[in-house]
Amino acid sequence: MIETIDISKVYDVVAIRKHFPALKREVKGKPLVYFDNAATTQKPQVVIDALVNYYSNYNANIHRGIHTLAEEATAAFEATRDTAQQFLNAPSREQIIFTSGTTEGINLVAQTWGRQNIKAGDEIVISNMEHHSNIVPWYMLAQEKGAVLKVIPINEKGELMMDEYEKLLTGKTKLVSIVHVSNALGTINPVKTIVEKAHAVGAVVLVDGAQSTVHLDIDVQDIDCDFFVLSSHKIYGPTGVGVLYGKKHLLESMPPYQGGGEMIKEVYFDNITYADLPYKFEAGTPNIADTVAFKAALDFTKAIGKETIRHYENGLLHYATEQLEQIEGLRIIGTAKNKISVISFVVDKVHPQDLGILLDNRGIAVRTGHHCAQPLMDCYRIPGTTRASFAMYNTKEEIDALIAGLHKAIKMLA
Amino acid sequence: MSENKSIEEIEQEIIEEFLLFDSWDDRYEYIIDLGKKLPVLEEQYKKDENKVRGCQSTVWLVADYKEGRIYYKADSDAVIVKGLISMLIRVLSGQKADDIVNAKLDFIREIGMMNHLAQTRSNGLLAMVKQMKNYALAYKLKHA
Repeated sequence: MIETIDISKVYDVVAIRKHFPALKREVKGKPLVYFDNAATTQKPQVVIDALVNYYSNYNANIHRGIHTLAEEATAAFEATRDTAQQFLNAPSREQIIFTSGTTEGINLVAQTWGRQNIKAGDEIVISNMEHHSNIVPWYMLAQEKGAVLKVIPINEKGELMMDEYEKLLTGKTKLVSIVHVSNALGTINPVKTIVEKAHAVGAVVLVDGAQSTVHLDIDVQDIDCDFFVLSSHKIYGPTGVGVLYGKKHLLESMPPYQGGGEMIKEVYFDNITYADLPYKFEAGTPNIADTVAFKAALDFTKAIGKETIRHYENGLLHYATEQLEQIEGLRIIGTAKNKISVISFVVDKVHPQDLGILLDNRGIAVRTGHHCAQPLMDCYRIPGTTRASFAMYNTKEEIDALIAGLHKAIKMLA
Repeated sequence: MSENKSIEEIEQEIIEEFLLFDSWDDRYEYIIDLGKKLPVLEEQYKKDENKVRGCQSTVWLVADYKEGRIYYKADSDAVIVKGLISMLIRVLSGQKADDIVNAKLDFIREIGMMNHLAQTRSNGLLAMVKQMKNYALAYKLKHA
């Protein structure tokens, strides 16, 4: 149970690790070192229990039934909406739309708000460090509408060039869609400033919070973004659930995304009226079980405290950076001043894939490749990187294992 | 040499060689060594049409036909994949098209490298095997 975590004096990582059953396993005969947290985090027992409990005790379709199970399931599902609202400091629960994840959130905005508002010649601003999911939906929309994609360049440290950003903003800019934290570099972007500048030219701003929500305190009202999207599975929750937050007047003005049950008020063959927010955007039976369990993940994270976790993860980031910098021929990609606990690196004459295979052979899970950010890799003129990303349960000893594994791998490959 | 031995015989040789290794490190050291020793593919072949794309490493593969047998040359920018390719070439290069198409290549599983054939998008080995077989199939169809 969460209450047993003692973080009153020191960060008790041993106690925290006990909540994550997957961390107990071995890989290739060695204790698992899981450093692929930016791809997805492991799940605490409370989340797994919430899933099992839902299916074991109150599985029912929501919102429609009047029987007890349906009421219980609906209450649990809607409770997640309340928790998510508080987690993001959204003004109202109606502004929390459940999606299947960040990707669907972005596509929903592109296909509804985008198709309604983007016209030929309009400009959409993204950045050079976007994940493919914040490039492709806008590229598709721009193709369809004859709009233009503009890209904010980055400097060699992996920070947005804010001067260039300002130059890109014109009366034609209709949308700025920007990643809050880069999945490949760890850079924290100054989203509040970005929003302010975009609003000054009348543009709408979407913030991709896939990587930021687990590390940073998110206050959508303070950021003042028009849309904010995130994925549950990157915040210790189940896969297949995400949140789209939107400003109320925008969500209300947008046409529905998908048609089906749940999202309607009345259906006649010649006239259909749509449901109010948030249900207008939640067609069909949603992912009830995972949404219910997502609440447990948010509660768990909140109980430990994001600030406490962030402080600890920053310690890991600094330690790992120091250690990695001592490896000859290793270069860290992404050295922004403001970073979350993600380190990407390349090693002279060594292909990331080879490193990934040899590290896995020692039970160490890292991500190698282009991290679904090919334009970013092109910018650095590299095919990909090796990325270690840390979560609340990682330890200094695991970083030592990574460093030892790297030394051995580089020796084998040299 | 491979012209005299069947695919299965060469596979068996490789399986026996791998029995000598006690640890995974030893196996990978051997594969890396094979990768390093694989002759570099001439630049002229390293063009897009010869690319077998995996998600992370690039593999180039070319085939030559001589008297009903198929000869492969290949290269990659990642050395472990190159080592695995080296073994595939040892097994399949110089064999008859029919035998290549029908080859089960069980040795990959036997030497514990099956994970490299998994469809994880993480490397081009599966695509590589497919492409080698495709060359054999194309040859067969042309000479049927």
